[in-house]
Amino acid sequence: MSSSERRPVIVARGVSKSFTTHRSKATQLKERVVRGRGQGTETFQALTDVNVVVGEGETVGLIGPNGAGKSTLLKILAGILRPTTGEVDVQGRIASLLELGAGFNGELSGRENVYLNAALLGLSRREVEGLFDSIVDFSEQGQRIDDPVKHYSSGEYVKLAFSIAVHVDPDVLLIDEVLAVGDEAFARKCLGKIREFQEAGRTILFVTHSLDLVTELCTRGIVVDHGKVQYDGDPAFAVGTLRRILGTDRPEGEPEPVPDLGGIQILSATVSAKPGGRRAAKLKAGQPFHLRVELEVEPRKEEQYAGLVHAVVMGAGDIPLWSMRTPKTDVVPAVPGRYVTEFVVPAVPPLNGAYRIGIQVEDPVSGNPVSVRVFDDVFWVTSGDLPGILSVPFSSEVRPA
Amino acid sequence: MATPAPVRPGQDRAELGRRRAQAQGRIRWELLNQMVRTSLKVKYQGSVLGFAWSLANPLFLLAIYYVIFTYVFKNNIPNYHVYLMSGLLAFTAFSTGVSNAAGSVTANAGLVKKVRFPLMVLPLAGVGFSLVQLALQLPVLFVIALISGVNFLHLPFLLIVPALALLVVFTTALGTLVAALNVRYRDTSHFVELAMLMWFWLNPILYAAGFIQRAIDDKGLPHWLYDAYFLVNPMATVVSTFQRAVYQTTYYVDAEGKTQELLADPGYVFYLRNLAVGFVIAGLLLWFARRTFNRLQADFAEEL
Repeated sequence: MSSSERRPVIVARGVSKSFTTHRSKATQLKERVVRGRGQGTETFQALTDVNVVVGEGETVGLIGPNGAGKSTLLKILAGILRPTTGEVDVQGRIASLLELGAGFNGELSGRENVYLNAALLGLSRREVEGLFDSIVDFSEQGQRIDDPVKHYSSGEYVKLAFSIAVHVDPDVLLIDEVLAVGDEAFARKCLGKIREFQEAGRTILFVTHSLDLVTELCTRGIVVDHGKVQYDGDPAFAVGTLRRILGTDRPEGEPEPVPDLGGIQILSATVSAKPGGRRAAKLKAGQPFHLRVELEVEPRKEEQYAGLVHAVVMGAGDIPLWSMRTPKTDVVPAVPGRYVTEFVVPAVPPLNGAYRIGIQVEDPVSGNPVSVRVFDDVFWVTSGDLPGILSVPFSSEVRPA
Repeated sequence: MATPAPVRPGQDRAELGRRRAQAQGRIRWELLNQMVRTSLKVKYQGSVLGFAWSLANPLFLLAIYYVIFTYVFKNNIPNYHVYLMSGLLAFTAFSTGVSNAAGSVTANAGLVKKVRFPLMVLPLAGVGFSLVQLALQLPVLFVIALISGVNFLHLPFLLIVPALALLVVFTTALGTLVAALNVRYRDTSHFVELAMLMWFWLNPILYAAGFIQRAIDDKGLPHWLYDAYFLVNPMATVVSTFQRAVYQTTYYVDAEGKTQELLADPGYVFYLRNLAVGFVIAGLLLWFARRTFNRLQADFAEEL
């Protein structure tokens, strides 16, 4: 995403967060005195050097495995937790839905909680009075609004909380995996409201485990794992990256891969712009692209294989985009030694995003894999500033109608 | 249904955002007001007498002390109940204010951990709560005084204004400090309870201020100790000024027929000087308390 031109609304620079584990936390004076300062403290590193800049109007899906640090990041952005190191700056009114019933007082009625919550968000009583009816309408609580919220179901909690959060006209909306609690009809209503926010140019950041929502709704996806940003960019690629981390990118019960026959080692696969050039991390669509594969045929007593070199270019989630294979007439011979295979693509296809390379050496007779290796060095294909996965050539003109 | 207004390109939205971000971090009267309302509602919800309970507690205490110190330990102080009440209400406002504030952050852990707002409103609301109660109690005191024939509508009554102001500043300062400390050391609120019990007896509330003066003079101790007693203890200043403002009778005749000093001082200068020093102490404490609170508050969400 070309967030660089947008006005940055959320800026997090070099944010790290470590927690002192509960076991070693001294809340009583006695414990502090007995233990002394800084003694016996164990820390847990929740976030490491996170850099995120979110521009006005972006909708960002924050995804990652459980315990990856997503909620911690959201709390830091919301200004509730202080980063151990690094800086956070958020411009505008932040409405956050961080946990179920966040900011509600169970003893108070829904009505009173609306006033309390809105006051916490920075609204005056008069402003709340003007919004009150539409908050209740949207939350579908009706008469229930005068019951103490401790009697609400978790769904009702979320409905009211979401309704307040979207009615206070926030500049930034932070949502942590709470929408899943509401029923489907309400979830749809929430999505509608979120779309309205998008159209109004508001900034939304939400943590979710429903990955379809990310591809459907977000303009950007950020994958967090082990406290680090693993991917930041196109939502579909973000989802693919996460699925790879989670190991859910292949259907369950897939047949075991055919075992390697061995004998040929794949040493390296280098993508470059020029033949024999340096490894390229970024390529432009339309540029020529060279893939250089280095192999070594090992001397061995068992049967020695010749090999076809088969390169698979993969997008996020290891989706094979296209394959290239050397012809049967031009194989790596069954003679020990080092070999190089070079593939040349005259023009990189106009498909933007992160790419990876998988190499498989196959027995030219049976087609069985002799050796397989996937290279984790990602290279990027970009084309201009326009968002979207595909760069489709187009022309345009403006003329009087 | 309210639809968010579209973002127009240009500077104004950025400016609005900055302003709103500041507003969300600032202590606003609206928010404080809402927090005090909330705590009043939660406290008296479902009780038949409601807010009347905020009068019940001090009136009940007053009745007990009155019976004990009028019938059990006889004293000859005229309209002792008015004297007692004017000091007691001021001190109760202070002690409940500080105690409320002490537990305010820990009691609102749910809010602190999940919503961004200026956390200092929590102790302020705790203090505000006790001040609302004081505001309900004072008219009762005035009515009782007038019924008892204590006409306080004279010049000294004006002293109640700076006395109230000092009470507010000092309670706020101490409340803010203990609220911040209580998050890290939960012992603080327990300690505060004990300290308030002791502090109560350190002030001339049940006994006459003149009693302290006599005790110092009888023991042959230097007289400046009497002044020092008020100068280091702003609550003694608040209590004695309240008594001067409402009770006003400066002397009484004891059981042996001797005229005794009742109030801390019969004049005005004494009180004004004490108030001035009290404001300096309370002001410094407030500065220190705010600084401590601001320094510690970033870790509250984590510590809770």
